[in-house]
Amino acid sequence: MSKEMQPRKRSTLGKWTRRSFLATAGVVGGGLALGLTLSPNRLTMAADDAATGDEVLLNTWVKVTPDNRITVFFPHSEMGQGAGTGLAQMLAEEMEADWDTVSIVQAPVTDAYINSDLGRGYIVGEGANIPAFMYPMIDFAFLQIAGNLVGQMTGGSTAIRLTGHHGMRRAGAAAREMLMQAAAAEWDVSVGTLTARDSVITHEASGRSATYGALAAQAAAFSPNLKPALKDSADYRIVGKAKPRLDLPEKVTGNAQFGIDVTVPGMVYAAVALPPIRDARVDSVDDAAARARAGVRQVINLGDAVAVTADSYWTATQALETLAITWTGGRTDLSSASVRAQHVRDLDTGTLEEMEGAGDVAAAMARGTALQAEYQVPYLAHATMEPMNCTVALSKDGANIWVGHQNQLFARNVAAEVLGMDPGQVTMHPVYLGGGFGRRGDLDFVTLGVRIAQAADAPVKTIWSRETDMANDTYRPAILSRLEGAVAGGRITAFANRYIDAKSGMPDSERPFAFQYDVPNRNVARVICPSPIPVGTWRAVDFTQMGFFHESFMDEMAEAAGADPLQFRIDHSEHARRRAVLERLRAESSWDNPLPAGHGIGVAMVDSFETIVAQAVHASVTSDGGVQVHGVVSVVDCGRVINPSAAEAQVTGSVIYGLTSALYGEITLEGGAIQQTNFPDYEMLRLSNAPEQSVHFVQSDAAPGGLGEPAVPPVTPALTNALYRITGDRIRSLPITRSGLYAV
Amino acid sequence: MAISFNLNGNAVSVDVDPDMPLLWVVRETQGLTGTKYGCGIAACGACTMHVDGVATRTCVLPVAAVEGAQVRTIEGVGPETPSAVQAAWLQHQVPQCGYCQSGMIMVVEALLDENPAPSDADIDDAITNICRCGTYDRIRAAVHTAAQLRREG
Repeated sequence: MSKEMQPRKRSTLGKWTRRSFLATAGVVGGGLALGLTLSPNRLTMAADDAATGDEVLLNTWVKVTPDNRITVFFPHSEMGQGAGTGLAQMLAEEMEADWDTVSIVQAPVTDAYINSDLGRGYIVGEGANIPAFMYPMIDFAFLQIAGNLVGQMTGGSTAIRLTGHHGMRRAGAAAREMLMQAAAAEWDVSVGTLTARDSVITHEASGRSATYGALAAQAAAFSPNLKPALKDSADYRIVGKAKPRLDLPEKVTGNAQFGIDVTVPGMVYAAVALPPIRDARVDSVDDAAARARAGVRQVINLGDAVAVTADSYWTATQALETLAITWTGGRTDLSSASVRAQHVRDLDTGTLEEMEGAGDVAAAMARGTALQAEYQVPYLAHATMEPMNCTVALSKDGANIWVGHQNQLFARNVAAEVLGMDPGQVTMHPVYLGGGFGRRGDLDFVTLGVRIAQAADAPVKTIWSRETDMANDTYRPAILSRLEGAVAGGRITAFANRYIDAKSGMPDSERPFAFQYDVPNRNVARVICPSPIPVGTWRAVDFTQMGFFHESFMDEMAEAAGADPLQFRIDHSEHARRRAVLERLRAESSWDNPLPAGHGIGVAMVDSFETIVAQAVHASVTSDGGVQVHGVVSVVDCGRVINPSAAEAQVTGSVIYGLTSALYGEITLEGGAIQQTNFPDYEMLRLSNAPEQSVHFVQSDAAPGGLGEPAVPPVTPALTNALYRITGDRIRSLPITRSGLYAV
Repeated sequence: MAISFNLNGNAVSVDVDPDMPLLWVVRETQGLTGTKYGCGIAACGACTMHVDGVATRTCVLPVAAVEGAQVRTIEGVGPETPSAVQAAWLQHQVPQCGYCQSGMIMVVEALLDENPAPSDADIDDAITNICRCGTYDRIRAAVHTAAQLRREG
């Protein structure tokens, strides 16, 4: 610590006022901001937003108040994954905090909270696997944040594996060191003679002790150590424990506030009509009937959308239905068939880009037993339970926005751009997300809400109807894949995949295309064919398609080799962790047990987001094609498990999400229009046909992997592999209804 | 024309279009936003309230239909101390995003009022709400726990 960063000597444990805290900003600006917000300006912003009165912001992730309570700020959105609790556990563990005094708050949306610890993990050179899609957010030279590419991003299963592992742990440890330094200075003893536990620092020799709350103000004057000592995992008392999620109490009382629940004084409600045909424009609107309706305020024609504002949402929806809107133009040529035809053309004649390759595939194909197959998957909607919505209140000075979003800072900046304001004039208010699954990382529902607000004469909450939500999603793309393989002597000698990349937004660095088994001759190549309708990140993104293709074809190759599909996978996995997961699956599932006629088990494994998941699905098929999924066993190696209960919930929930898509999921396009409208024609797995599940985590001290997504991809091929073993018919196109089967 | 009903033990009178669904009346005129909009066609159950003790999907129920009725929402469950269902929900850590859970809890409260010891088949029949996060297995376990907590009083 440099001399000017030494704290002022104080004789008593008096509280420093916020004024004096801010007056020391020159000192703390030297590097107090532990969330890797290195500039004093950012620290000041954080303090302004997050600390009041006598409270002290120890660093940008954690606040300690004089009453000895600890608030952990987490720069992610809570959309069901429980990341806030897990991140707080990681911080509290290193801080030696009393867990019962810890609460969590979604960080205010300012530049101070950007995921810059992601950059830090990279800079400090831990060999951290930073997803490439994060790179643009980071200027490596100065850790400055680049313009509009910043984000408080929740996606890519990054919260625990990046923010937590690289940011929260260090923030907690550094905070503890600062508190101990404060105590040492106060008592004029050396730090080494102190112990910290349960938010109390004790000097055993003298019997003195003080709470974190009492020491917080003094601690703030110390400079945080950017490389604090981290605990040995053997000493963990909070991480690895099934701590109850801190957000759940208000989710059983109806008090949790989602975006759709926001009420702003003077607010009106907007219902919105979007083009029924892709890219159509409004030609004319006859709004006489709507305007005559009691409670209607305005009819707003945006050219590519028409909104009605009213004193209630229902009134707005009723008035919207009376509008006679004439739409013009649009891609009436688009259909599911035309999209598939384009994919076929592109794979036939398009430019192939090799994604990975080794050996001589053609020669190996000629030598072995060769097989080939074409696989396809449909568009899928996210169908979050909370339909898209956005509430905007404008004033001449700025804007306030309430929206459940997976990238609040990005949403703020884009809203500011639409409004012609500085980002600083736009205040985002964090709310719970009624499901995200990737949908709430897009910006369309934000910009639409803002544009309606610009035209409205009052603050306005825009709610998409379920039908609007379903027909205007940013879908998981439909794609096509051509697979080839060769087996000889019980081994795969060659593997090739040529596939359509519809540009979902998945970064290549996550390598969804990689064939995860050991094959000497391999070639994976894509043809880029951007989807003609909007697509986006759908839980686990491209791993869902590639997982289905590769893991189905793996069973085809096992059959060609005359091998047991599970053993075949083990035999082609040198990768020790994957191999262990597969062997564990054999032990935990009924793979080796006899089953009744009409029943079967299929397996699959997908390694995604630094987590390996292998699943066994036990299903049965009735004589008329009724499919029942009886059980799913998941074996997961996600490295260290932070919260076993929350982790299990991510796996079991992902299984339901994946099975739903396999059994029912299909968005189709005809004449440029999406044909599905609501849950009856985009059906969901429900409690009565949800399978029994068991989840087994591999005991591991490895760095944590992601868990919000990795259990989605394997379950579909595991199901279809089971169905093949029952029926003898290979499912190469989803959902299963395309093969004459239906979910019971 | 004013429509009067009892909401969570309080007499309320609303002067709205009688066709306006109860869901929106409760959310917008009474400020109780715990009950959610999910589909608008009674297909998902997020909007479930009790109307005279019966679990009812209120996104298509005209408010005129509850004239004189007892309406109970998630805000009327507990609320001082958690109900057995809410306690079981926390014990089993059921919610993920939480959006559908008000509707789920209202269905289960009504189920247990009618059937204090439901079998798995009874639970299958009673709970047809959609949870996109896939919390079904914990819901089932929590229903059994809630039934037990209620029996123990």
